[in-house]
Amino acid sequence: MATETQPPESESDQTPPDGNNSLRRYFRNIVDAPRDFGRSMIRHGRPTSDRARSQAIFTNLFLHIMPTRIHKYSLRIRATLGLGVITLVLFFLLTATGIPLMIYYKPSVEQAYDSMKEIQYVVPTGRFVRNVHRWAAHAMVACVMLHMARAFYTAAYKGARKFNWVIGMALFVMTLALSFTGYLLPWDQLAFWAVTIGSEIAQSPREVTDALGITSWCDVGGFQKQLILGANHVGQEALTRFYLLHVMVLPLATVALLAVHFWRIRKDGGLTRPDIEDRTTASAIGSPETRPARTYGLMAVVPGRTSAVNLNLTNTIPTWPNALYAIAALTMLTLAVTLACGYFFDAPLTEQANPTVPENPAKAPWYFLGLQELVSYSAFAGGVAIPAIVVIGLMLVPYLDRDPEDVGVWFAGKKGKKVTLLTAILATVTVIGMLVFTVNNGWLRNWYPDVPQIVITFVNPGTVLLVVFALWSLCVTKWTNSTRLGAIAVFTCFLVAFVILTYFATVHRGPNWDFYWSQADWPHH
Amino acid sequence: MSNDLHSSPRFQPPPERRDFLGLAAIWSAVVGLGVAALGAVRLPMPSVFPESNSRVKLGPVSRFKEVETTPVPEHRLWVYASDEGLYAISAVCTHLGCIVSKEEGKGFFCPCHGSRFDIDGKVVAGPAPKPLLHLLLSVSPDGQLVVDKQKEVGGDVRLQV
Ligand code: HEM
Ligand code: FES
Repeated sequence: MATETQPPESESDQTPPDGNNSLRRYFRNIVDAPRDFGRSMIRHGRPTSDRARSQAIFTNLFLHIMPTRIHKYSLRIRATLGLGVITLVLFFLLTATGIPLMIYYKPSVEQAYDSMKEIQYVVPTGRFVRNVHRWAAHAMVACVMLHMARAFYTAAYKGARKFNWVIGMALFVMTLALSFTGYLLPWDQLAFWAVTIGSEIAQSPREVTDALGITSWCDVGGFQKQLILGANHVGQEALTRFYLLHVMVLPLATVALLAVHFWRIRKDGGLTRPDIEDRTTASAIGSPETRPARTYGLMAVVPGRTSAVNLNLTNTIPTWPNALYAIAALTMLTLAVTLACGYFFDAPLTEQANPTVPENPAKAPWYFLGLQELVSYSAFAGGVAIPAIVVIGLMLVPYLDRDPEDVGVWFAGKKGKKVTLLTAILATVTVIGMLVFTVNNGWLRNWYPDVPQIVITFVNPGTVLLVVFALWSLCVTKWTNSTRLGAIAVFTCFLVAFVILTYFATVHRGPNWDFYWSQADWPHH
Repeated sequence: MSNDLHSSPRFQPPPERRDFLGLAAIWSAVVGLGVAALGAVRLPMPSVFPESNSRVKLGPVSRFKEVETTPVPEHRLWVYASDEGLYAISAVCTHLGCIVSKEEGKGFFCPCHGSRFDIDGKVVAGPAPKPLLHLLLSVSPDGQLVVDKQKEVGGDVRLQV
């Protein structure tokens, strides 16, 4: 184990005060000051050997979240597609652009919109910084979803990594919450109406309590809405709350969760990799149950088994330079793309919020448009019940699918690829079929104008899809005798439904939420 | 191996009284923090809402009696005059809060997700879960029409004036 390095004493410190040459020493110190400063900051000199570089990783506060050596497989593109690191870079970029925006932004109903205009048209580089902040936010939502899909399809949620998947889901929710709270801040029409709709969705449990006749004493929906808005309408109270969440509460919570996320990656034995990569040494490390008992912890004798950190040194390479270069390359790539977007494309800013005239169509940000399509049939099912079931379902995945095989193997191998492809085709047909059907025939109320509201509330095209997906997943589990393939089936269904619904609501929904082939066909007003 | 460690003299089970005191300390800390957390969560729930005075004067009653419908966009409602009296219908869609527009002779229509309502505000199509709200009307001492934007009344209530 590396021992603590002592700071190498600088030359001048060692010179004995012989005679009266103190002035000479003084001037030499001036000349030497920059180098001495450097040495005092970074204790070891330039690390020239693998061992010294490992030590540098180990002793540096920021680098030591990484192991000194890393498994070769973890650096392959196919292991991670770099998505976690890209998401992290985007998070840092959002922090770096968000703080300068706070210098001019004023979170008040009277001034917010004007301060956005000021940032856009007056503040030097303001437009660029705002653009980058906006595009990086969209990119982060997209990348966090892709990262999640990567972790899912490589079965990175099994065994010791179960809990990190749950932390990941919390990060996913944080990312969406950050985007959504940021959406209100410009106080333009887009912002106002998207958040009005969002807060009404929070209130939609009233559909159920109304039907049961218990709203007067158990108004969950109203409580949620008032807690979010601090009022009955989107106004100053809501802006204050969203601002506080956006610039402080959510970023801090995200940083805390990220710390746990990264710490767990190491404690769980590094990134997922196929067993075959470790075959030579697998028996040497053993499973958590057969690993050697701990002897000493930091200061005391600790019961329990050792964690699987760096026990397996074969097939590993030094983190410096290998992983550091990979991370640097991903950082440069992410920055290049985002900054270029920020330079060439302006973030939208519509007219100032006007509570008496809704946008038509009033569309939520793209990642919520799939839900908005479902909400347009009934608010509670589409906006509360289905998203809750999906998020809780995803969180439970590691606890329902525990087969240990195929960890680290994309799509669980050949059979899994077939299941994924077949599921993707079936889900595409089902979702498109459902949309074509509802666009042509309408939904319940168009056929039976007198159906009770409770039926409308729960029987949403989304509910139908959910049931079909769940049944399909159970069938796959039964046919293939594998919970992993069942999980793949249901995840693929969700993914396909998300993509198609998002596309559909983005492109084919126009004024009055009517169907249009393209925006060119929208009526002019 | 770990059994060896546990059976060494340093690992004797602690006395039970200490167990009790330790547990008592931990649980009182948990209860204390829990109560504090509940208190902290109570704070963001306002007890008085900014728009708590939801009654607004709309203008002299006589003005509303003369015309069949008077739109009041700044308060998001319409005032209707019928033979039985005055009534007000809110323009806030009961689905997700967009503002409905009037289609002459047919009722109301919401641009956000296409809910339709008849002239009385009853849902005829779309996702809206309940009729447009009828709001409580009254007359102030100085002869002005007053609407309470948060008081819902039955669809057949009319203000006789
Ligand atoms: C703010 C959002 C997030 C950031 C910045 C982040 C970052 C990272 C990074 C840097 C890694 C290392 C591997 C890689 O680069 O892919 C990683 C691994 C992992 N992440 Fe995330 N992540 C986030 C959200 C999520 C989400 C939403 C999930 C899934 C629900 C998730 C699940 C995992 C899992 C299971 C691993 C371990 C992968 C393995 O062992 O192969 N993370 N994350
Ligand atoms: S808000 Fe009126 S239909 Fe959705």
